Amino acid sequence: MSATTAFLTDSTLCIGCKACEVACKEWNDLGEDGLNWTGFSYDNTGAVGHSTWRHVKFVEHPPEIGHGGNSPDVASWTFSSDVCKHCENAGCLEACPTGSIVRTEFGGVYVQPDICNGCSYCVVACPFGVVQRNKDDGRAFKCTFCYDRQKVGLTPACAHACPTESIKFGELHELRVEAARRLEKLHAEGMEDATFYDPRETSVGGIHAFFITRGDPRQYNLPPQPEIPTIYAERGWKSAAIGAGVLAVGTLLAFLGGRQ
Amino acid sequence: MTDSALPSRLQVSDPDISFQRRERRLEAIRTEALRTGRVEAIGARPAGSPIPIASVETGYYGIPMLKEPQWSWEIPIYFFVGGAAGAAAVIAEFAQMTGAETELVNDARTVTAIGAILSPALLVSDLGVPSRFLNMLRVFKVQSPMSVGVYIVSLFGPSATAAKIVNWARRNGSGPILKIIEGTAGLFAALTGLGMATYTGVLIGATAIPVWNENIDTLPTHFALSGLAAGVSAIQLMGHEESRALNVLGIAASAGETLEGMKLEMEKKPASEAIKKGLSGTITRLGGVLSGPLPLALRLAAMFTKDSRSRNLVRAASAASLAGSLLTRMGWIRAGHSSARDYRLPLQIPTESSKLKAPQAQRMRARQKSKSFAERSYDRAL
Repeated sequence: MSATTAFLTDSTLCIGCKACEVACKEWNDLGEDGLNWTGFSYDNTGAVGHSTWRHVKFVEHPPEIGHGGNSPDVASWTFSSDVCKHCENAGCLEACPTGSIVRTEFGGVYVQPDICNGCSYCVVACPFGVVQRNKDDGRAFKCTFCYDRQKVGLTPACAHACPTESIKFGELHELRVEAARRLEKLHAEGMEDATFYDPRETSVGGIHAFFITRGDPRQYNLPPQPEIPTIYAERGWKSAAIGAGVLAVGTLLAFLGGRQ
Repeated sequence: MTDSALPSRLQVSDPDISFQRRERRLEAIRTEALRTGRVEAIGARPAGSPIPIASVETGYYGIPMLKEPQWSWEIPIYFFVGGAAGAAAVIAEFAQMTGAETELVNDARTVTAIGAILSPALLVSDLGVPSRFLNMLRVFKVQSPMSVGVYIVSLFGPSATAAKIVNWARRNGSGPILKIIEGTAGLFAALTGLGMATYTGVLIGATAIPVWNENIDTLPTHFALSGLAAGVSAIQLMGHEESRALNVLGIAASAGETLEGMKLEMEKKPASEAIKKGLSGTITRLGGVLSGPLPLALRLAAMFTKDSRSRNLVRAASAASLAGSLLTRMGWIRAGHSSARDYRLPLQIPTESSKLKAPQAQRMRARQKSKSFAERSYDRAL
């Protein structure tokens, strides 16, 4: 059994160079997203999607000294490289009706492209909005956690290319310890708004790609309470049973009554 | 002018956005600029504001975190067809068991079979490559409503079709064996039909889309009643306006839909905006009126009238119910889209207390905030 691996993405070290995006696209042979300006800040990618598996978020603030830029009239910056969270309890994996989405021996969540049939149920089952269906191809795609590279003992492309070790790759539990240590250090150095994002207390049960951000993680589009959608299913089937019962009994009674 | 005729500079990577739509958008922007003197849009820096702000109130520039559903137009129609056919299968079987008139049984079996053949066709068409449907049958996952649903459809289709074929073969002189075969196939169709009428509610409810999972407790029942109303109406329009059993079922289903509509209108949930406001809200509400109070009133009126007048009222009610059922499904799917686009919901940013909806308030707040931040920075610099 291989060790469960993880990413620790540390936005306090990220310089927004997009090396991870480029490395990911090149290694995984992903198509271009189109050269469109989003008009949001300097981030022209917007979000992770079927052809973007790493996405550097540019979180801009009004000028504040010590928060990115040091001049009072230059915007303050934090960057954070977003990626599939590889949830401990993955909504996409549970929802996939073909068994295309599997858990790898490294604990990652992997979409097998030869089995995916493009039903796009995983798209609405992901609490982080990561998986997306490629409209031209019809199938769904997302970060593979560089399953191919990990298989032969290599570091995922994004972590390998990261020049500041903002993206750390390693064993899950060790990285969690390292994250705690890093957070302590940041707090001690006066960066009191540094936050560790790993929603372990929700039904997602923690993620394998966790983040250190500055301030409220919501600024980074990280939901405070992500839930795996299977938690709703039981209530749904209960309601379905009531509906089916009403339908069957009602019809039977109507026809029995209609006989006279 | 089609997109392909445009120079590459004007091509947009999203094929859903047609050239005409983008041109219309330009006109709308121009009108807004003329009317208000400034134009606000997600992604555009508001006039007078120095920089966009990512904040606890605006999330990540208001970019939606969740992905919108990516089903094509076939899916809401499938929900409607499958629901109606599922209910019709139950009607056909109980009608036959209780010895209702043969014509009614025949027509109910026809409605069931048409729906049973259309349903997988619509599903396969959504996938793009038809053979990909078979990938669904390589595993069974009880935790995935999609997987459960695929097996319900796959069992419903053949049994409903078989029931209709035998039913048709029996037309000239019926043998007891054929009747048993029809009854057995029909029983299978009725059992899976109960699933057909309800599982789609679980399917959309057990997702990360806020407006769907918030209503998981009632969506399957809601869809079952909607399917029943549509099934009854489809059969009645084939000349069974006077069937007492069908009329009772029609009244019950539209009464149930009326109650459901009232409940949805009265509830105040964070994500319920999607089924009340905007285009998705309009469609859902219109669907609600057409499947609830309107057919209920028409059907009750039909009870107190006679002959052709009564029949016409029932026909009108049936048409309303069918349209209402279709619109209900389309409305709920659309609501899922607008709910996914609302960045505030998954980030738990209050939707009602937040004044962000008014662009001016948003702008003012952003300005105040940036000012105080800047001032603080100057203070520290000094």
